[in-house]
Amino acid sequence: MLNLFGVTFRHGVHPPDSKGLTEHIPVRRMPFPKRVALPLRQHAGNPAKCLVEVGQHVERGDKIAEADGFVSVPIHASAAGTVAEIGWWPHQDGSMCEAVVIDVDEFSPQVPRPRSVPQWEGLTPAAVRSAVQNAGVVGLGGAAFPTHVKLAPPEDCPIEWLLVNGAECEPYLTTDHRTMVEYPERVHFGIRIMMQCLGVKRAVIGVEMNKPDAIEALERTCPTDIDVTVRPLIVKYPQGAEKMLIHVVTGHEVPSGKLPMHVGAVVQNVGSIASIAEIFETGLPLIERVVTVTGPGVVKPSNLIVPVGSLLGDVLDYCGGLTDDAAEIVFGGPMMGASQPDMRTPLIKGTTGVVVLTKAEVKPKQTYPCIKCGHCLDACPVFLNPSHLGILAQAGRYEEMKDESLMDCMLCGCCSYVCPSNIPLSQMFALGKSGLKRQQQAAAALAAEKAAAEEAEADIAVPTGAGAT
Amino acid sequence: MGAPRFELTASPHIKGPDSTPRIMWSVVGSLVPVIAAATYYFGPSALLVIAATTFGCLLTERLFGKGGSIADGSAVITGLLLGLTLPAGLPLWMAFAGGVIAIALGKLIFGGLGQNVFNPALLGRAFLQAAFPEDLTTWPAAAESWWQLRGDNFAFPLMSADPLATVTGATPLGSMKFEQISTELGSLVLGSTGGSLGETAAVAILLGGGYLALKKYLNWRIPVSILATVAVLAQIIHLVSPELYPDAAFMLFSGGLMLGAVFMATDMVTSPTTNLGCWIFGAGIGALVVLIRLWGGLPEGVMYAILLMNAMVPFINRATQPRVFGTKKEAVA
Repeated sequence: MLNLFGVTFRHGVHPPDSKGLTEHIPVRRMPFPKRVALPLRQHAGNPAKCLVEVGQHVERGDKIAEADGFVSVPIHASAAGTVAEIGWWPHQDGSMCEAVVIDVDEFSPQVPRPRSVPQWEGLTPAAVRSAVQNAGVVGLGGAAFPTHVKLAPPEDCPIEWLLVNGAECEPYLTTDHRTMVEYPERVHFGIRIMMQCLGVKRAVIGVEMNKPDAIEALERTCPTDIDVTVRPLIVKYPQGAEKMLIHVVTGHEVPSGKLPMHVGAVVQNVGSIASIAEIFETGLPLIERVVTVTGPGVVKPSNLIVPVGSLLGDVLDYCGGLTDDAAEIVFGGPMMGASQPDMRTPLIKGTTGVVVLTKAEVKPKQTYPCIKCGHCLDACPVFLNPSHLGILAQAGRYEEMKDESLMDCMLCGCCSYVCPSNIPLSQMFALGKSGLKRQQQAAAALAAEKAAAEEAEADIAVPTGAGAT
Repeated sequence: MGAPRFELTASPHIKGPDSTPRIMWSVVGSLVPVIAAATYYFGPSALLVIAATTFGCLLTERLFGKGGSIADGSAVITGLLLGLTLPAGLPLWMAFAGGVIAIALGKLIFGGLGQNVFNPALLGRAFLQAAFPEDLTTWPAAAESWWQLRGDNFAFPLMSADPLATVTGATPLGSMKFEQISTELGSLVLGSTGGSLGETAAVAILLGGGYLALKKYLNWRIPVSILATVAVLAQIIHLVSPELYPDAAFMLFSGGLMLGAVFMATDMVTSPTTNLGCWIFGAGIGALVVLIRLWGGLPEGVMYAILLMNAMVPFINRATQPRVFGTKKEAVA
C-alpha cells in the first residue's frame, strides 16, 4: 500500500481524540420514541414551509414541510403518527423554532408508503438534483447545507474534484467512522452518483489515520472503473474543515470570502453521501441518521440510528441515562458543538453526536490576562492573530477586527483550546461576527430610510421649485 | 428537568492542558538549577540576595496588584530573575528596593500581568544600575569558605556597603575589556568565574531553558537567534583583529548573555508573538549585545540590548503578521 504517510495542513491542535468509547461499537437502531419534534429549520437557508395540520395523521416518510426556494429542503415525517402540535420548540442552536410535533403510533409497523425508487443511471444531473432536494438531504457533518445546491455549481466554476470528508476530526464523534466501516459500499455508490451528476473524473476520500478500519473498508470496496482514492490524513483538528481538506488534497487555498467551487472542488460529508445513495436504493428521504451518543457522562456510549426529531431525553434514556457527575451536554463535537440546557431539544439532520462531559472535562472558569504567549497564532489554521483580535473584541472594536480578517475566522476554537489564560477567544469572535452583521443591517436600514426620506423630500421640492421659477 | 443542572458554555467545550499559572510556575521550577549553581559558587549570599528581591516583588504585587495575582507566579519569576542578575555582595536593602521597583514600575504601572512593555526584572536591574552603580559592579572575589558572606549584605538601609567588607574581584568581560585578559572557556561554561549570581553557570541555564523549550513555554527561536547572531558577529570581528576582540566562544559563555537569552528575552509578555518576529527580535538583541560589549562604555550590554528590543516588539509584531489563509501576500500589507 502506498498510503503509509498521511498528509496534513499547517497549524491546528491535537486534542485527545477520545473516540475509544464508541469507535468499535456497531451502529444499532434505536426503537421509535413516543414523540418526535421536527423543527422547520434544520438546514442552512430558508426554513421549510409547513404542510400539515394538528390532528392530521402522517405515515413515515411523508413530506410534512416543503422547501421554500432553492436553498432550502423539505422535511419528512420520521415516524408514523398524529400531528400533536405545531409551535415553538427548543432548537439546538439555543433559540426556539417552529416545529411539527408528532405523537408516534404506538403499535405501528412504521412501514413507509410504497414508493418508486429512481434509476440513477438514466437521470440527467437536474433530475438527480431534484431527487436529492426532494429527499431533504443536507450536509450531515454539522453545517446542514442543502446538498443539491452543491450539486449545481454555476457554469463559470468547472468542478474538478469531489472530496469526500471522512476526516471526523472532532474528538469523541464516531458517526462517520462507523458509517465508513459498516456501509462502505453505500458510500462508494453515493460517490458514483455524485461524480456522474457533477461530471467530475476524480474523487478523493479523506480519512484521518486514527480510523485504520475505515480506510481498510473503503479501500477494499473501492471501485476500479472510476478514479476514487482513499487519502489517509494526519490526525489533527480541524482536519475536516472544508478549506483545510481542500488545501491538503488539492494544494489549493480557497480564496478569502470564496467557496470551494471557486477552486474546482465540491466537499461532501460521508454521511450525506450515504444518504444520497439511500435515495437510489430504497427511495426513502432523509428521516433518520447515525448519531454517536458518547462521553464519560453517558452510562452506555453508543452509535445509534435515530429518527430525525428524536428528543434528547429519549435518546439519553436509551443509552442508560447520565452518570451522577455529568456536567455538560453538547450537540456535535466538543470543539464546535453547542451545549444544551433542555432535554426536549430534538436531534435534527445536522446533529452529528451527543457528547456528555463530566466535571473533569468541562473547561475551567477562571481566566487570566493575555500574556502574549503566541500559542493561538501557532494554532490558528487560517493564520489570524487571535491574541490581537481578542484585545479588539474586548474593546468592541468590530470594524477593526474586520480589517484584521475576522471574516476568515471559521470559529474552529483552536485558539480558545490552547489559550493558557483561558480567554474565550472564539466566543468573542462569534460575537464580533454577529455584531458586524447587526451593524451592517442597521446601516443598510438607515441608508434605505434616508433614501426614502430624500425621495419624499424631492417629491415635495419639485413643485415648490417649479412654483418659484 | 428544567432546573439549571447543566453547564451552558460556548464552544470549544474542552480545553488544552496549559494554563498561565502552570507556565509561570514551570519557569520558576526551571530556575532552580540556576539558583542552585549560584548558591554553590557564591554561598549563602546568593540565597540572601535572591530572597530579598523576591520578597520585594511579592510584597509590591500583594500591596498594589489585583487580588490573588501572586498565585499566578509571575511576580516570583521577576524576583528570582532580578536576584540572579545582581552581584552576591549587594546590600540586601538595595536588592529589596530593586524588587519593589521591578514590579511597581516594570509591571503594575502598565496595568499588571500581560500589559508591560519591558521585562520587569531587567527594568529593576536598570534602576539599580543607575542608582547604585558602584555596588552593582562590585564583584566578590573567591571566598575562603562557602559559609562566608561575599560582601556587606547586611549594610544598614540607605547606606552603601562598607568598602572594608568587600573584596573586589573581576568578571571575565571586565578583564577582557579593560585589561585584555581572557578567561579559560572551561571555567566560563561551568561558572567558576566572577560575575552576577546567575550569569556564571551556562550549563544550569541551558538545562532549565531546554526544559521550557520542550514544553513550548519559551519560543526556542529567540535564544537560538540571539546566540547565533552573537557568535557569527563576534567571530567575524575576532577574525578581523584577533588581538583586540575575543572569539565567539568567549562572547557566548561570558557575562549575562546565556541568562538573558534563555530567561529574559524569552519572557512571553515582552517578546514578539509571531515566529518570524522572534527571529528578528533575537537577531536585534544579538547585534546590540556585540555592539555594546565591544564598542560601548560598559563591559556588558545584554540588559540594555533586551530592553531596547522590548520597545521594538509592537512594531515587530505588526510587521511580521502571517499571511491569512486564502489571501495574497499584498492584500495583507
